[in-house]
Amino acid sequence: MIRLSYHVANHWVSSTAEETLNFLKHFVALFLLGLAATSVQAAASVHEYRLANGMKVLVKPDHRAPVVVAQVWYKVGSSYEWSGLTGVSHVLEHMMFNGTKKHGRGEFSRIIAEQGGRENAFTSRDYTAYFQQLEKSRLPISMELEADRMHNLVLDPKIFAKELKVVMEERRTRTDDQPRSLTYEQFYAAAFTNSGYHNPTIGWMNDLDTLNVDDLRAWYKEWYAPNNATLVVAGDVDPDDVYAMAKRYYGDVPKGKAINFKPRQESEQHGERRIVVAAPAKLPFILMGYKVPVLATAKDEKEVYALDVLTGVLDGGNSARFARDLIRGRQLAASAGASYSMYARINDLLILQGIPANGHTIQEMEAALRGHVERLKTELVDEKELQRIKAQVIAAKVYEKDSVFYQAMSLGILESVGLGWQKQDEYVDKIKAVTAEQVREVARKYLIDDHLTVATLKPLPIDPNKAPVMPLPERH
Amino acid sequence: MKIPTSYRPLIILLIGIALVTGYAWMSGDMHEPVKVKGLAIKSWTTTNGARVYYVPATSLPMIDVRVVFDAGSARDGKQFGIAQLTNELLPEGAGDWNAQQLAERFEDVGADFSNDAERDMAVISLRSLTEKKWLDTALETMATIISQPRFDQKDIDRDRQLQLVSIEEQQQSPEAIADKLFYKNLYGDDHPYAHSSMGNKATLTSIKREDLVAFHKQYYVGKNAVVAIVGDVDEKQAHQIAEQVVGTLPAGETPAALPEPKPLAKSVTVRQVYPTTQTHLLAGVIGLERGDKDYFPLYVGNHILGGSGFSSRMMAEIREKRALAYSAYSYFLPMHVRGPFQMGAQTRNDKAEETLKLMKQELRTFVAQGPTADELEHAKRNITGGFPLKLASNKNIVQYLAMIGFYKLPLNYLDKFNQQINAVTLKQIKDAFKRRVDPDKLLTVIVGADAKQQ
Repeated sequence: MIRLSYHVANHWVSSTAEETLNFLKHFVALFLLGLAATSVQAAASVHEYRLANGMKVLVKPDHRAPVVVAQVWYKVGSSYEWSGLTGVSHVLEHMMFNGTKKHGRGEFSRIIAEQGGRENAFTSRDYTAYFQQLEKSRLPISMELEADRMHNLVLDPKIFAKELKVVMEERRTRTDDQPRSLTYEQFYAAAFTNSGYHNPTIGWMNDLDTLNVDDLRAWYKEWYAPNNATLVVAGDVDPDDVYAMAKRYYGDVPKGKAINFKPRQESEQHGERRIVVAAPAKLPFILMGYKVPVLATAKDEKEVYALDVLTGVLDGGNSARFARDLIRGRQLAASAGASYSMYARINDLLILQGIPANGHTIQEMEAALRGHVERLKTELVDEKELQRIKAQVIAAKVYEKDSVFYQAMSLGILESVGLGWQKQDEYVDKIKAVTAEQVREVARKYLIDDHLTVATLKPLPIDPNKAPVMPLPERH
Repeated sequence: MKIPTSYRPLIILLIGIALVTGYAWMSGDMHEPVKVKGLAIKSWTTTNGARVYYVPATSLPMIDVRVVFDAGSARDGKQFGIAQLTNELLPEGAGDWNAQQLAERFEDVGADFSNDAERDMAVISLRSLTEKKWLDTALETMATIISQPRFDQKDIDRDRQLQLVSIEEQQQSPEAIADKLFYKNLYGDDHPYAHSSMGNKATLTSIKREDLVAFHKQYYVGKNAVVAIVGDVDEKQAHQIAEQVVGTLPAGETPAALPEPKPLAKSVTVRQVYPTTQTHLLAGVIGLERGDKDYFPLYVGNHILGGSGFSSRMMAEIREKRALAYSAYSYFLPMHVRGPFQMGAQTRNDKAEETLKLMKQELRTFVAQGPTADELEHAKRNITGGFPLKLASNKNIVQYLAMIGFYKLPLNYLDKFNQQINAVTLKQIKDAFKRRVDPDKLLTVIVGADAKQQ
């Protein structure tokens, strides 16, 4: 019941509930159920090419249905932004639908719609991606349009001013009027100081208010180039045909300058941080985040896989410890969860979260979550629990192949965070190799108070007469 | 037998594109018409009267089984929330197993189990590998959950508390508040669609164990069940699976038809002041039932009005031209008896009035004039061209099968879908909207802060 996909902002909400749900499920699975986060396929089934202008092309054939998914991934997102400029990646993503030299505003969407396609885009902390889902023969259309907006975008100041207002409405819908999203945003801002994960993907409202079209121009010039992009195509296609097509459509896009940016790894945390967010709400809520390495930064990869298993021990299904003990056993929690994104680009958090059950306090909830952390540090995880997690991972790798979109998405993510798509082939074996001792070891090493941030949502009465003070963002 | 569905030649679509753009793909290798296979659905009835819908899918070693009962909150009677609570309690204890054991039985074999109750349907679904030992365990567990729930008092008490928290959860969401008000005021107090499937505190606390047992006994029966199966099993196995998961249920009876909802006699506006930065706006009327004769004209018409994202009029007027909202939409939700037609948008409080006016104006214009020929052509291309995407995963297919079965749609519903879309005319859309959507008998729901106070 907790809204899970906090880090994603996107171009538009699908118009049917079913589509929205399916769309969100991709993210939920990928970002949070670390265990189910990557598909594993035989290495031979992914075909990799590189164009002369530096663009990488990945093709994953899947002939089950006559459809194709094409995604273009740029290595840029809110974690690349800095103070004062937050939200620029996402606003630019919106502007990518607003016209190029060849195609007027909205034409991209209209053409894809005429072809029976579905399309959208999403911005995350670590990447910005654009996609079309089409009947397979329509792939060239997607390529022509996508290649065009990679280098021919027109950033019209008047359209920009309008689109910015749309994004502000998006922020109000997704964050400002959602007490738990608001808590989550403040939580990340407190946990990270100099790292790019300090920033919300949607951007701070005041930064949005002062954003201008020149900021977008600079951002577009800096990051939108074939040498910073990956094309992923999955579906009923022949890899060499796709490569030939990619050369034809993307080959002429000029190479950009060498990509160079500062990594901004978070500096060492010295001591626990605690914040309170007070907002009109009915239910209290707690977030506890421990600083942890991820696959892209770990000195020892084994630790990362052990952290992933640890997350599964706590929350890998309805039989896992949180459901068993916190929801059913002691009935302390109405909801409890653990999450860890091992495919983040830079060091991230392992997050525990909970909503107390009626009659229980946020303090009890915190104590219970801490109790589970202590238990991981002192006791070895039961062999049966480990086996169960491994069974789920094996099954999940089969289930994932039911979605062409998902298959393309896992390739895009791994490529965009710098790990390389091949990493997915290692996942099951690495998880299988995790031992109970390793889980205890990473719990002891990383789940420590000095690296902990705690945020609680303190519900204020929902007083109809106390409207929030809203800075009215009139453009200057 | 697979029934091929004929499609308009791609070249016609390309001409359409050429008018707009004239691009390189014109000279490409795209002269083949789109070929799309229909679904070869097999259907039969189990010994106890459950209707089964099956499609083989052999390329992955997995199976989806979705069991649907006419046991959603429309069957609550006066005990609002009982359908949801009954459904919620199924995997909390069944046969010899408690909730922990049931969950372990699924998760030990990597199976995904889920369940939920909406207004019409109570759903139980399973996804499993077809590896025999694993599948047998998963199916045995699912069958036990469906046929032998225990309804232990401690589980009832706990799940009731969780449902009460979910109700509070809805109370802190302006979107959920608006939705609740919409159904309540559109259907009036007596209709079974009027209340939220969560129920309310008073009704939930009054539900006793024997009520839940009785609800299960009446509605979780063979004649009230639909089983959809998609996966790597042959027809003989599919027969066995259907018998295994629902075959031991008593045949029981099909419940009586739901009452026909009555449209509003005049326009009604409901306002709830709520301390948010945005105002949530909903407007609508009572719309369509599944299998409705006006379904296709209204579906295509709505696609143009507010059902197709950026191609829709609402998105163009509210978002693209005026930047009033991030999302603006409309939809028909066809149900057993007429479900709602709803338009919606969220905007900052000081723009609520303007946005609402626009929404209503768009509706009025659309009902009076209908779409243009270009809009209709565009919508048809979008809907029919996107057909292959509908059937691209087992997950989608199993959902369609369950829907076709539950609402007793023809087995060739999907095969005929594009044909039906292509047959829709401007006149039919205009005529259907005029008869079915009256802008002068509209329900409007407004939830947000009063802009004048800011």
